[in-house]
Amino acid sequence: MNVVELSRLQFGLTAMYHFLFVPLTLGLSILLAIMESIYVTTGRTIWRDMTRFWGMLFGINFALGVATGLTMEFEFGTNWAYYAHYVGDIFGAPLAIEGLMAFFLEATFVGMFFFGWKKLTRVQHLAATVLMALGTNLSALWILIANGWMQYPVGARFNVATMRMEVTDFWAVVFNPVAQAKFVHTVSAGYVTGAMFVLAVSAFYLLRGRYRGMAIRSMTVAASFGLAAALSVVVLGDESGYTAGLNQKMKIAAIEAMWQTEPAPAWFTVVGIPNIQTHETDDAIRVPWVLGLIATRSISRPVEGIDNLVSEAELRIKSGMIAYGAMETLRRHPDDANARAAFDAHVHDLGYALLLKRYTPTVTNAGEDQIAAAALDTIPPVLPLFFSFRIMVLLGFYFIALFGTMFVLASRRELDRYHWLLHVCLWSLPLPWIAAELGWVVAEVGRQPWTIDGVLPTFLSVSSVPASNVWISLAGFVLFYSVLACVEMYLMVRTIRLGPDTEPHPARVGLRAVAAE
Amino acid sequence: MSEYEILRLLWWAVLGVLLIGIAVMDGFDMGSAILLPFVGRTDMERRVVINTIGPVWEGNQVWLILGGGAIFAAWPAIYAVAFSGFYLAMLLLLLSLILRPVGFKYRSKLDGTNWRLAWDAALFLGGLVPALVFGVAFGNVLQGVPFRFDDTLRMTYTGTLFGLFNPFALLCGLVSVAMLTMHGATWLACKTEGAVRIRSQRAALVASLVLVVLFLGGGIWAANLTGYVLQSFAGVDAASNPLNKHVGREVGMLMANYRLLPVTIAAPALGFAGALLTALLVSLHRLRVLAWVTSAVAIAGVIATAGVSLFPFLLPSSLDPNSSLMVWDASSSAMTLLVMTVATAIFLPIVLAYTAWVYRALRGPITAADIEADPHTSY
Repeated sequence: MNVVELSRLQFGLTAMYHFLFVPLTLGLSILLAIMESIYVTTGRTIWRDMTRFWGMLFGINFALGVATGLTMEFEFGTNWAYYAHYVGDIFGAPLAIEGLMAFFLEATFVGMFFFGWKKLTRVQHLAATVLMALGTNLSALWILIANGWMQYPVGARFNVATMRMEVTDFWAVVFNPVAQAKFVHTVSAGYVTGAMFVLAVSAFYLLRGRYRGMAIRSMTVAASFGLAAALSVVVLGDESGYTAGLNQKMKIAAIEAMWQTEPAPAWFTVVGIPNIQTHETDDAIRVPWVLGLIATRSISRPVEGIDNLVSEAELRIKSGMIAYGAMETLRRHPDDANARAAFDAHVHDLGYALLLKRYTPTVTNAGEDQIAAAALDTIPPVLPLFFSFRIMVLLGFYFIALFGTMFVLASRRELDRYHWLLHVCLWSLPLPWIAAELGWVVAEVGRQPWTIDGVLPTFLSVSSVPASNVWISLAGFVLFYSVLACVEMYLMVRTIRLGPDTEPHPARVGLRAVAAE
Repeated sequence: MSEYEILRLLWWAVLGVLLIGIAVMDGFDMGSAILLPFVGRTDMERRVVINTIGPVWEGNQVWLILGGGAIFAAWPAIYAVAFSGFYLAMLLLLLSLILRPVGFKYRSKLDGTNWRLAWDAALFLGGLVPALVFGVAFGNVLQGVPFRFDDTLRMTYTGTLFGLFNPFALLCGLVSVAMLTMHGATWLACKTEGAVRIRSQRAALVASLVLVVLFLGGGIWAANLTGYVLQSFAGVDAASNPLNKHVGREVGMLMANYRLLPVTIAAPALGFAGALLTALLVSLHRLRVLAWVTSAVAIAGVIATAGVSLFPFLLPSSLDPNSSLMVWDASSSAMTLLVMTVATAIFLPIVLAYTAWVYRALRGPITAADIEADPHTSY
C-alpha cells in the first residue's frame, strides 16, 4: 500500500474508533442534565443516585473519547500536511474555536461533575452538569462546521501568492447550510445512542429483577428523549444538507446507484444490487417519486445520474486546466492582466485540474484520455455508499418504532410487562453505533476522491512521509486501541453488573453470611 | 505598522502565551505524574497524588488541544511541517498522552495490585514522555530542522527519529523535564499534607536547582550554535509564502536579539529568578502557593527565551535555510488572524473566569480521609 492508502486507512480507523465514544458522550451528557434537573426540582434522591450511576458509565466512556480525540487533531498535521497547508487558513479556525468555546467548558465542568458532589450546592452542581453538556454539544457544532466545509467549501478563494485557499467570508463558513444540517443530524444520532444505551441497560436490570425503581424511571426518560431524537435524526437527515449544498450531486447519485439521469420526479431504489460493469442496478425494487422528493424537494427538477456528472466533470477539468495554466503564469508575472482574467474566470474549477496530477504532473499538457480517466475518478465507490445508506435509514426507522413503542408503554406504566420486548431493547444496544458509523461511511466515502469537495483531491493531501512510518503508526494504533477497547468494555460491563449500589449486592452478603455460619 | 504586521506580532505573542499556558497548566499534571512513584510510596499516597489533579487535569489538557488548534489556525505552515516532520516523535507523544485520560479514570476502578502498578507506570510515562518530547522538539527547532518546500509549497523532510535525539536537543528535553517536575512538585506541596508534602518540597528544591544548572548550560551551548540570519525578505506584511526570502547561517545568531534589544534579557532572567525563588521558598517550607507562582514564572521565562532567541524565525530549516518559516511568512491570512483575535478576546477571559471559580471551589489539600470517604468517585 502507498502512503495515500495507508493514511486513509489510518485516518478512517482512528476516526471510526473515536466515534464509538462520541455519540454516547453527546447523548448521555444531556440525559444526565435531565435527570439531575428532576432531582434538583423534586428533591427526590433516587434521581441523584441515577445521575451518579449513569455518570459513572459516562466517565468510563468519556475518558476514551478524550484520548482518541487527541489523535484526530494530530493527524491533520502528521498525515495530511499538504491539506493542512492548503486549507489551514479556513479549517484551522473552527478547530481552535472549538477548543476555546467548547472543550474548555466541557473538560473543566466534567471534573466538577465527578468531584463536585460534596463541594458544590445542588444548584451549582446542576449548573456544572448543564455546562458540561453544553460544552460537549458545542464541540460537535464546531467540528461539524469544519467537516461541513470539506463537503461544501464556501466563503474561501485560492490565493496564487500563497498557493493555498484563504477565507473570504468567515460567516459563510460558520453558517454553511451543510454544516448546520450535519450538526443537527449528528447530535440527534448521539442522543439516540445515549437513549438506547440507557434503555438497554435498564432493560437488563428489569430482566434480572434488580433496581426496578431506577430502571423504570431511566427507561421512561430514555424512551421519550429517544423518540424525539430518532424522529429528528430521520426527518432532519443529512440529505437535506446535500440538497442545500447542491454541490455533491455525485454523492447522491452514488448513494442511489443512479447511473443515468431519470425524468423527474426520480424513483427511489429500495433494494437492489448495483452492477458496476453494466451501470445498472439488478433485482431492484423501486418506489416512484421518492428520490426526486428527497433530493430536490420538488417534483419537477431531475436528479442527475452518474454518467452525466462524469461528462460535467470532464468539462470542469478542461476549465480547470485553463486556471492552472494561468496560475503558473501569474506566479512568474503577478501583474499579467490576461492571465489574471483567465484565472478569475476559471478558478472555481482549479481543483478539477488537480485530479490530473495523478496522470501528468504538468497538468496543462493532459490528453483527452487522461482527462477522461480523471473524470471517471470523480465517482466515489458506489457499492459501500448504496448499502451503508440503506442500512442506516432502515435502522433510523427501527429506532422510531422501538422508542415509540416504549414511550407508549411508559405512559401506560407497563414498561416491564412484555419480557420479549425488554430482550429486544437489550439486543438493540449496538444498533445506534452501527447506524452512526455507516453514516460516516456515507458522508466521507461519498466525498471521495476529494478531501475538500471540488478543491483538493485526497491523493494530493497527504504528508511527504515514508510509508514505513505510517505502517508503524498504524500498527501502533491498532495494537494500542485494541487493548484500550478491551479494558473499556471490561470496566463498562463490570460497572453495569455491579449496578448503582456502591455496597455489595444484598443477596451475596446474605449467602456469605450463611456460609460463614 | 500595518494591520497585518500587528496581527502577526500579536499571534507570535499569543503562540508564546499558549505554549506557556500548556507548560504551566498541563505541566503541573505532568510533573505530578512524573513524581508519582517518588513521592507516593503506598497505594493510598499515590491515590492522594492522583486525586490532587483528578478534577482539573482534563481542563488543563485543553490548553494542549487549544495550542494545537491555534497553531493550525494561525500558523498552518508550522503545524504542517512540525507535525509531519516529527512524525514518529509525534506518535510517541500521542500514545503517551493517551495513557493519561485512561490511567486517571481506570486505575482505581479495580483493587488488584498489578492492575494499579501497571497504571502507575502508564501515568508516569504519560508525564515523562511528553515533557521530554516537548523539550527535545524545542531543542531541534533552535538548531533548525531538515526540510524544504517545492514550488507548490509541498514540504519534504529528510531527518530521522534518532536524529531528533541529538545531544543539544536532549539537554533541552532535560530542561523541560526538570521544569515540569519542579512545577508538579510545587503543586503537590500545596495540595497534600504530611509525608507526601515533605517529599514534594524536597523534589521541588532538587528540580529547581537542576533546572538552573541545565538552563545555564543550555544557554552557553546555544551561544555557540549556528543560528540563522535573515538577509532579505518580501516585507512584514507580504503574502505568506516562505520561498520569497534569503537566509544565511552564522554562529552565535541565537544571541543576536539580546544584543539588539537588551530589554529582552528579561526572558532568561525571569527563568533563572523564578527557579531560584522557587528553591528558596520550598526550602523555607512557607508560602507554598507563591512557590507555585514563581515556578510558573520560571516556565514563562524559559519558554520566552526560546521565542526571543529565534525571532523572527519560528521554525528554521537547516536543509534549505531559504525555506525557513518565520513570523512574516508562515501565518494565516489577515482575516483569519483577525477572526481568531476576536474569538480569543471573547472566550479566553470567560475560560479564565470559570477556571478560577473551579480552582476556588476545589481549594484545600487532599487527604487519605477524603478518598476513604468517597472511594468510588475518587480516582
